[in-house]
Amino acid sequence: MSATNSGSAYSFELKDMNVYYSDKLAVDSVTLSIQARKITAFIGPSGCGKSTVLRALNRMNDLIPGAKVTGDVRFMGRNLYDPNVDPVEVRRRIGMVFQKPNPFPKSIYDNVAYGPRLLGIRQKSTLDDIVENSLKSAFLWDEVKGDLKKSGLALSGGQQQRLCIARTIAVEPEVILMDEPCSALDPIATQAIEDLMLELVKKYTIVIVTHNMGQAQRVSDFTAFYSIRKAAEADGIERRWGLLVEYAPTEQLFSRPTSEETERYIRGEFG
Amino acid sequence: MSAVEVPNTQPIDGRLLAGAEFTRQLAARQRRGRLWARFFSLSTVVAVVALITLLLSIINDAFGFVISTYRVDPTTLAPDGNLELLSNEELAALLPERRLGAYLRDNLSVVPPTEFPSVPLGQALPGAILPPGVAEKTFAETTVEERRSILANNLNVDLLASLVELDVVSEDVRETYTLIESLFERDRIEREYEEKFGGASATDTVKYFRSWLSLDFITAPQASSPEVAGIRTAILGTVWIMAITVVFSFIVGVGAAIYLEEYATGNNPLERFIETNIRNLAGVPSIIYGLLGLAVFVRVLEGITQGRTILSASLTMGLLVLPVIIINAQEALRAVPSSLREASFGLGATRWQTILRTVLPSAMPGILTGTILAMSRAIGETAPLIVIGASTTIFVDPSSVVSKFTALPIQIYDWTRRPQDDFRSIAAAGILVLLVLLIGLNATAIILRQRIRRSLQS
Amino acid sequence: MESQIKAGQQADISVGIARDVFRNVRRAEADGRPILTQRARPFEDAARIFLILCAMLSIFTTIGILLVLGNESLLLFINEGLSLIEFLTGTEWRPQSGSFGILPLLSATIKTSVIAMLVATPLGLGAAIYLGEYAPQRLRAALKPILELLAGIPTVVYGYFAISFMTPLLRGLLNSPSFFNPNGTEILQFYNNVSPGIIMGIMIFPTIVSMSEDALSAVPRALREASYGLGATKFETIIRVILPAALSGIAAAIIVGLSRAVGETMIVALASGAGPNYDWNPFVFAETMTAHIARISSGDLSYGSVDYESLFSIGLTLFFLTLGLNILSRWITNKFREVYQ
Ligand SMILES: Nc1ncnc2c1ncn2[C@@H]1O[C@H](COP(=O)(O)OP(=O)(O)OP(=O)(O)O)[C@@H](O)[C@H]1O
Ligand SMILES: [Mg+2]
Repeated sequence: MSATNSGSAYSFELKDMNVYYSDKLAVDSVTLSIQARKITAFIGPSGCGKSTVLRALNRMNDLIPGAKVTGDVRFMGRNLYDPNVDPVEVRRRIGMVFQKPNPFPKSIYDNVAYGPRLLGIRQKSTLDDIVENSLKSAFLWDEVKGDLKKSGLALSGGQQQRLCIARTIAVEPEVILMDEPCSALDPIATQAIEDLMLELVKKYTIVIVTHNMGQAQRVSDFTAFYSIRKAAEADGIERRWGLLVEYAPTEQLFSRPTSEETERYIRGEFG
Repeated sequence: MSAVEVPNTQPIDGRLLAGAEFTRQLAARQRRGRLWARFFSLSTVVAVVALITLLLSIINDAFGFVISTYRVDPTTLAPDGNLELLSNEELAALLPERRLGAYLRDNLSVVPPTEFPSVPLGQALPGAILPPGVAEKTFAETTVEERRSILANNLNVDLLASLVELDVVSEDVRETYTLIESLFERDRIEREYEEKFGGASATDTVKYFRSWLSLDFITAPQASSPEVAGIRTAILGTVWIMAITVVFSFIVGVGAAIYLEEYATGNNPLERFIETNIRNLAGVPSIIYGLLGLAVFVRVLEGITQGRTILSASLTMGLLVLPVIIINAQEALRAVPSSLREASFGLGATRWQTILRTVLPSAMPGILTGTILAMSRAIGETAPLIVIGASTTIFVDPSSVVSKFTALPIQIYDWTRRPQDDFRSIAAAGILVLLVLLIGLNATAIILRQRIRRSLQS
Repeated sequence: MESQIKAGQQADISVGIARDVFRNVRRAEADGRPILTQRARPFEDAARIFLILCAMLSIFTTIGILLVLGNESLLLFINEGLSLIEFLTGTEWRPQSGSFGILPLLSATIKTSVIAMLVATPLGLGAAIYLGEYAPQRLRAALKPILELLAGIPTVVYGYFAISFMTPLLRGLLNSPSFFNPNGTEILQFYNNVSPGIIMGIMIFPTIVSMSEDALSAVPRALREASYGLGATKFETIIRVILPAALSGIAAAIIVGLSRAVGETMIVALASGAGPNYDWNPFVFAETMTAHIARISSGDLSYGSVDYESLFSIGLTLFFLTLGLNILSRWITNKFREVYQ
């Protein structure tokens, strides 16, 4: 079933992946495969390591001093943590949208053109084209087309988040990772982003972290539920780490969870 | 470290680089990044190298071989040539006869130099221990023995020894070598010693390894010849100036900070103007404070400060460090939690009582740290002292706030600008003394800061 | 142990407050006034007035500087019938013969400061980026105190370094026969503007590093992550995101550095030369404004003489120059501070 070429149905295959922050185990032994061109949702209580796993998928954790990933993490059949793999290339192929919108303090245009320029595109007409298409794909074009020179920071929170999505789309990644992209947004902006995801999934693999059960059910094809384990160590300090409890098609996970813990969490009985 | 090709799904638009082309471009980008990273680390290396070179070049100049000539070989005067073993009387007996009047005039007389020969000694040298009957005589009427006895009884042994050193032994450093030369070019030094001075067989020349920084250097008074000049006078000048500066600037600076932090409401235009003004003053070049001090303290307030004196210097320095002290003290006061103040007010204390009993004690370590740092800046300030008129020809220790003065950095400046190598060497020795003082001050500040941090944690 | 002592101190303080408070209450009772009446507290008022005076001293200092510099300069302008144009554009500074053109001194100040900035800006920025973005935590912790040390060295020591190390070194390099200088002519004079300029650059370097590094580290993490997330390399992230976002802080750092170079005295007093010289060539001697003030005032200077007054006119020029730079730097910082909020 392993995928070694682009024809595979899987984007990511994780086997026994552990993540450590300065020798402290944060996520224990995650094994799961993420389908290409589908939306996979990560849910679970705060601190269980959803963001940690997500960031391990495009080597964002490399930027945190002391963070370490072990185990097997494959992207389209290739080990992401192979010493020969360039994390810059990884991130170009696997884009990320963050919980808090983080546009650069530059114009809308420059925000979107940032990635293509890195890739060496200087021609104005090509850049214009990419900016327009990306903003259109992010359903932001109509709202900003009048003033692309406006600072990205002058947009509303929801618009900023869509700008960040447009910016990510502009480098033509294969996967978009989204870490609670709607947590700072109101229901209407959330609705817009959800519609956008359903549109984007036709072209991209999407992995989304969310605290919103409804959102996971509305948009995702697969859902992974993570939880926390605790243990008192000899020195009296409590250690906590996260782990994957259940992973299934969304419909199945929400209607017939196999684990009691999952059931309690989705019914809202969890801490 | 080229990126290994990851199998690519079809690009979405196809306009961006993909596949091998992308990999190649990325490798170029990474190369450029590494090149610049090397430049960035190089900049840091340059700074560290500069610092090390600076320190080494000073040490290099402060120690090394010298070749000296003597008028009188010191070993003929005292055991091992160590003049300090001699008594006052023995030293006074060695002094050259024709200079005795000058010694009395320069070191003991209180009357103007021109009047000295014509005034009875009891009047010219008040408080001095005089042989019987000498008080009524003018200098010209005294015998040589009486003159020597006055010097022996009234000058301390250090000064007498340095006078003998200067005028009898009269060492003249003819060649100086740096530490590096002394370590690695001994042959050349030996050869030059042979060729120019006749080498070890010559009776009036010696070659020896001289540490220009020595106990003698630190304890000897200032003198005009580098062979005997010491830095005591300058250190004492600096100590006097700093002592008054710290009292003045601490009281006023902390007072101003208290007003700005504890009384000011924050939206009064005057207060805001004061704040801005303090920040502007912190950026005013120190030489301008010198001009201010010259015009105000030295000239206008001459009646109080007596002109170019320690007091004028201290007040000028005080104004100079005031902004630094205020800014640091404000920060320390701001760090005091407002719950402490509220607790005190809540007990019915007045504002002043609250400040004195509660706020100041908690802020004091921070204020002290800031003050020490300000002092370590002031101690090396040279320009304002030059402008208000520090004198480099002061050979007596300061004795009051209205004494004329010299100071450590002034002496360093004066010695540095002389072209001769031996002056360069004592300048280097003086710098080492100054740096040791500074490191001491900074270490105190760092220890204090750590104390605060620890007590905040507990 | 330590905390016990602290607790003890706290107790002392509390007892002190309690005593004060009791005294307050007893006084109120003794006065026989109804409770809660506002009463005069002469000591409180005196303290307050003293504190206000302390705070006002800084204003008096500024006024003093302006008055002193302005007054003596005005006297010079009136007594000598000097016009501002003459002062600012004259190319000769010889107070004894009535020439008061600031240009020879100003040009030397500009030369040394520009050389200093050419040294300090790239190196300072490079080192700030290295320390802030590349250096491992431990190296950084070791290097920062070294920089502080460098910043704390008195400038007279740098002056010594300039004249006893840098000048001979440069003269050895430039004046000895070489490919560029086949005849070994004296290109670099003993007193010159290059050597003090370079040393001033080293002197300013720590200021630029620490201010720039503060500005760099104030750039939010989220922006870095956004850039990396788009497939930027570390260098691209620094150049395209972090530096532009920190630009105002860096500009402020450079201007503060420049202002320190303009006002620096000891390095130039020792190494730039003992006389004004209007020549834009940095290899020849030329006294800067500060060096001139230092040299003239260290001689015998009689109050009210032309020399005396002329020093204050240079001082006034210097004051406005540095004040302008400092205000500019703060304006930049304030103006662009809220750029990413
Ligand atoms: N940079 C870091 N350094 C050290 N520990 C970290 C770091 N980031 C996260 N952790 C730890 O790793 C664990 C998982 O954190 P993570 O952010 O992945 O949780 P999460 O599931 O995303 O939580 P939330 O829903 O609140 O975002 C937590 O215990 C957290 O304290
Ligand atoms: Mg998270």
